Amino acid sequence: MEDNIVLKMRNIHKIFPGVRALQGVDFTLRKGEIHALMGENGAGKSTLIKVLTGVYGKEDGEIFLDGTEGPVAIHSPQDAQNMGISTVYQEITLCPNLTVAENMFIGRTKGTVQNWKKMNADTDRILQSLEVPAKAAQQLGTCSLAVQQMIAIARAVDMECKVLILDEPTSSLDEQEVEKLFKLMRDLRAKGVGIIFVTHFLEQVYEVCDRITVMRDGKLVGEYEIENLPRVQLVSKMLGKEVDDLSDIKSEVKTFDAGKDAVPVLEAEGLVSNAGIKPFDFHINKGEVNGFTGLLGSGRSECVRAIFGADRVTGGKVKMKGKDVKIAKPLDAMKNGIAYLPEDRKVDGIVGDLSVRDNIILAQQVLKGFFKPFSKAEANKVADEYIKLLNIKTASKDTPIKSLSGGNQQKVILARWLFTHPEYLILDEPTRGIDVGTKVDIQKLVLKLASEGMSVTFISSELDEMLRTCSRLIVMRDRKAVGELTGDDLNQGTVMNTIAGGDK
Amino acid sequence: MANGENVKKSSSGSWKNLIRNQCFIPIAALLLLAVFNLIADPSFFKITLGYNSAGDPVLSGFIINIINNGSELAILAIGMTLVTAASGGQDISVGAAIAIAGSVILRVLCGGNARPETLQAPIIVAFLVACVVAMLFGAFNGVLVAYFKIQPMIATLILYTAGRSIAAWINNNELPVISDPKFAYFGGFIPGIPIPTPCFIAIACMIVIGIVLKVTNLRLYTQAVGINQSSSKLNGLNPELIKVMAFVILGLCVAVAGLIKVSRVSSINYSVIAKDIEMDAILAVALGGNALSGGKFSMAASIIGAFVIQFLTTTLYKFGVPATALPAYKAVVVILLVIVSAPTVREYFDTMMKKMKLKKEVA
Amino acid sequence: MAKTDKNTAPAGKGLSAKLMGMTDTNLLLTITVIVFFLMYICAVAFLRGGFLKPQTFFLILNSNAALIILACGMSLVMITGGIDISVGGVTALVSMCCAVYLDYKGGNVFGAILIALAIGLAFGAIQGLMVAYLDIQPFIVTLAGMFFAKGMTTVVNSSPFNVANEAFVALKTTRINVPGLGSVNKKGIFVPAYVEIGVLVAILIVIVMFVLLRWTKLGRNFYAVGGNKQSALMLGINVKRTKFLSHLICGLLAGIGGFVYFLHVGSGSPSNAAGAEMDAIASSIIGGTMLTGGVGNVVGTFFGVLSLSTIQNIVSSIGFDEAWWTGITKAAMLCLFLLVQSVVMSVRKKRNSAG
Repeated sequence: MEDNIVLKMRNIHKIFPGVRALQGVDFTLRKGEIHALMGENGAGKSTLIKVLTGVYGKEDGEIFLDGTEGPVAIHSPQDAQNMGISTVYQEITLCPNLTVAENMFIGRTKGTVQNWKKMNADTDRILQSLEVPAKAAQQLGTCSLAVQQMIAIARAVDMECKVLILDEPTSSLDEQEVEKLFKLMRDLRAKGVGIIFVTHFLEQVYEVCDRITVMRDGKLVGEYEIENLPRVQLVSKMLGKEVDDLSDIKSEVKTFDAGKDAVPVLEAEGLVSNAGIKPFDFHINKGEVNGFTGLLGSGRSECVRAIFGADRVTGGKVKMKGKDVKIAKPLDAMKNGIAYLPEDRKVDGIVGDLSVRDNIILAQQVLKGFFKPFSKAEANKVADEYIKLLNIKTASKDTPIKSLSGGNQQKVILARWLFTHPEYLILDEPTRGIDVGTKVDIQKLVLKLASEGMSVTFISSELDEMLRTCSRLIVMRDRKAVGELTGDDLNQGTVMNTIAGGDK
Repeated sequence: MANGENVKKSSSGSWKNLIRNQCFIPIAALLLLAVFNLIADPSFFKITLGYNSAGDPVLSGFIINIINNGSELAILAIGMTLVTAASGGQDISVGAAIAIAGSVILRVLCGGNARPETLQAPIIVAFLVACVVAMLFGAFNGVLVAYFKIQPMIATLILYTAGRSIAAWINNNELPVISDPKFAYFGGFIPGIPIPTPCFIAIACMIVIGIVLKVTNLRLYTQAVGINQSSSKLNGLNPELIKVMAFVILGLCVAVAGLIKVSRVSSINYSVIAKDIEMDAILAVALGGNALSGGKFSMAASIIGAFVIQFLTTTLYKFGVPATALPAYKAVVVILLVIVSAPTVREYFDTMMKKMKLKKEVA
Repeated sequence: MAKTDKNTAPAGKGLSAKLMGMTDTNLLLTITVIVFFLMYICAVAFLRGGFLKPQTFFLILNSNAALIILACGMSLVMITGGIDISVGGVTALVSMCCAVYLDYKGGNVFGAILIALAIGLAFGAIQGLMVAYLDIQPFIVTLAGMFFAKGMTTVVNSSPFNVANEAFVALKTTRINVPGLGSVNKKGIFVPAYVEIGVLVAILIVIVMFVLLRWTKLGRNFYAVGGNKQSALMLGINVKRTKFLSHLICGLLAGIGGFVYFLHVGSGSPSNAAGAEMDAIASSIIGGTMLTGGVGNVVGTFFGVLSLSTIQNIVSSIGFDEAWWTGITKAAMLCLFLLVQSVVMSVRKKRNSAG
């Protein structure tokens, strides 16, 4: 193997029942580089990584590692670790019942005896050097998600690895933590570690990476130097088609005019829930798209959850079209024509083992009542209709939703709520962790629905998305609504300033 | 891509679909047992019409025995399937709860006197009281599971431990005996009808649950709650209530099974009645190919599973296996069945088949 | 372990903050130990009578030595996220096989011990293989194991009988005096408190298991697998082997527990150790082991067994001595602990998510 190459994967094939997940993929990682692995959801990035780390076996292909003659056999994550490949997965793969220190060291040290003293001391030293606010003897489950993710990163980094894989590690981190991570990555690069970085955030790719490999539909598209691949080209390579500038979708649709003296669809006054937000006021008009913005943990989701009754509401008044309503639980909200697409698709959205059809009809079925089930024919008709309407890619309507790709799962959930024909649709991070193509589809759909008179609240971590779709933004800081922006104030600068605290 | 797959499926699919069907394993087991008996002794399937001591016509034979004695198990399997689906755990207290229900029935019928000349209350009243009591205990289990978030097996361990003691306490540890022949109808024969009454009761229960599953959303709701509680909550369901409901339905099944059990002997033995039946009921659910971790379920497969267990029991009896040694043989069969249906084993055979097919194609 | 508190207590002060900083395992253990001692002290203070004699305590130990061993194995499997309901059946089978071997086959005690260990290991190994490598639900596998063991017991010998083997009876009646403790009987003679050999074995096993779970890598792997199987795999732990070992050790302990049980009752009978698996599960839970896995401690289990037995003594000495009170008392105790644990854990969870 050439001197500067640390990892080489050749002609990797992987087949899942009914799907060719990887078809002859090549991948090369050099020493001391940060290599972005890009592609839409379902392109096969995660599969490639799981093959590399021994979580999945492969049907065909070879993996070469620096320092080993011939192809290596990786049968389990343990093998991968022993060969110097350490990984941080998108989902947190630590044990919540163990202490922080144990999570740092378990499964990777030799010997039979557990030396708590040394382990705790080492852990505290490492965490301090990375400025992670956690104690070695603390139970992991008591740390916040972001801290847990930082601990996972600390573990991976501490392993003296040759190859470090970061599979979307930044989705639960805030900006400062991401900065910390990037600094760490640069330090490791300087030491000669090869880093594979998977992310959906294009900015992050251009900030730290040296080289990009693009995948699409389980195949390799190509490997590029970062300087030679401008953003627009990267996106078009990921999508497999030339795209115009994404930002002008707003002009395509006309806005809905509710008239001047129309009553708001929903009005909330002093609403507060047990999820730790300050009381807030809120209103939305017919055909309006507005949004909650703010940093992660600023209380964006908690606000809409309070409106939907997903958390226990502890105070405040809600009016719908001028009439007082009481929303104590999700069903009350649904009966009043509110729909809520939750932030965490896997935990709160999909019902994994149920078919796409059952997932689509679920909410409307609950509204209809326990004693009035849809007939099979009706359900099939509805499912077909929405699969076509939203262009959901699924083998059939009987396929369990869990075997669909993330973006398609999200579309099914969207279909579920559209089928309830809501007057007011809340979309909480509908585009997180899904591919660029679907992102654009969803944004377009939001504007189209609004033009037809539906009110939509849109929440997203990506500010451009919000600016593109919303006509009014409510800015949250420290679990409190701190400002409301409309018209000319809707630009990056003003929004950022408001989020940061106005005078900065 | 979707199209190509569909074509592929339909050509090689029908056989595969049959194997993948949840009812396949229990039905195959049933057939296997039947064939085994047919070869070993064809008289196994003989049904004779005779007369009992009261001079009424009764059918007898091993097959009748299986259907008759399997009734309680099949009824319990219905409730156990729902509890398993909704809560992802099992109720191990049904045997003890049957003791309670039976004890309540006898207590109401006897009214405190252990050897009453006449019934102190109509049977239907006694049964209804037992229903209420059993459903209350079901609700108790359900509340522990749903609202206190205790694992079903652990939560029901409480009633498992206390149940038979409570049953003894209800009748002050006496063993009442009912002399009225009418009471024996439920576990025996109704004069003039040669088919055992438990069969009718079991069939009635199956029809009721079939209709309920058809005209309500019980299936969708329990499955949704069993698969993803948090998501079903955001879709307007009340997961806690649905779990409690599953346990209450099981309570109702327990009361019906309890009636049959005490009617069979017109009395009760607190420490023996319905002993280990919870294990058989759980086995029935598992043999039906339902995941014990909850979620999707097939009611028919569970019920067939119950009869597989009874078929096996009767077969073993017939071959002279003593009652006490029975569990050992049962265990061996169960292990074989679960090994055959284990996903890892199935996968292994699938890949073997694929490889063989490839070889054929090459040749 | 005391260190845990010091390092992790959050900024807040006082006892509650300290409790919140503990790991789940230690918190539940603390509750169990406190409840046990409160209960026993109250019994000594208010009921007096038998509770004043040290021997009352040691009698509880004597009659529960086997259960302690079984419950340790159960806790281990539960910590790993599984369950083993075959332990009662294995105990019955072991005692019957040993009894037959000693009396009918003219065997010696040493051989009987080997038989016990072999039976335990065989059950553990086969069940472990099926759970870990064939991915079959542990409940079903060990349920079949229980059926098999119980059935085989009657196949080996269907009627109960007392063992007359001299060496065995000598071992069975061996009493080890507890130094310094005892009571004065009616005749004014000092009777020292004693324990049976089984108690020593049980205590030894609690210590060994505690050390295994606390200070070895393997021990911590059990917790990791129970806490989150998928994560444990990703962290580089051999999940299948860990699960297998948990069942193997549990089987071995069931074998040892079976022999200790046999040593205590001195007879072979198909009805031996009836319901022992549920008592073991109940003790583990009262001792702070959670069936969800990843949380638990054998020291807690030890106190769990003692609590379960002590409460029965207390209830019967208050005067509720009809047969049915045993079951109802046990259930009430279990119910109480479950509710307390449920409330404590949910309060903790809320605090964590709010902080």
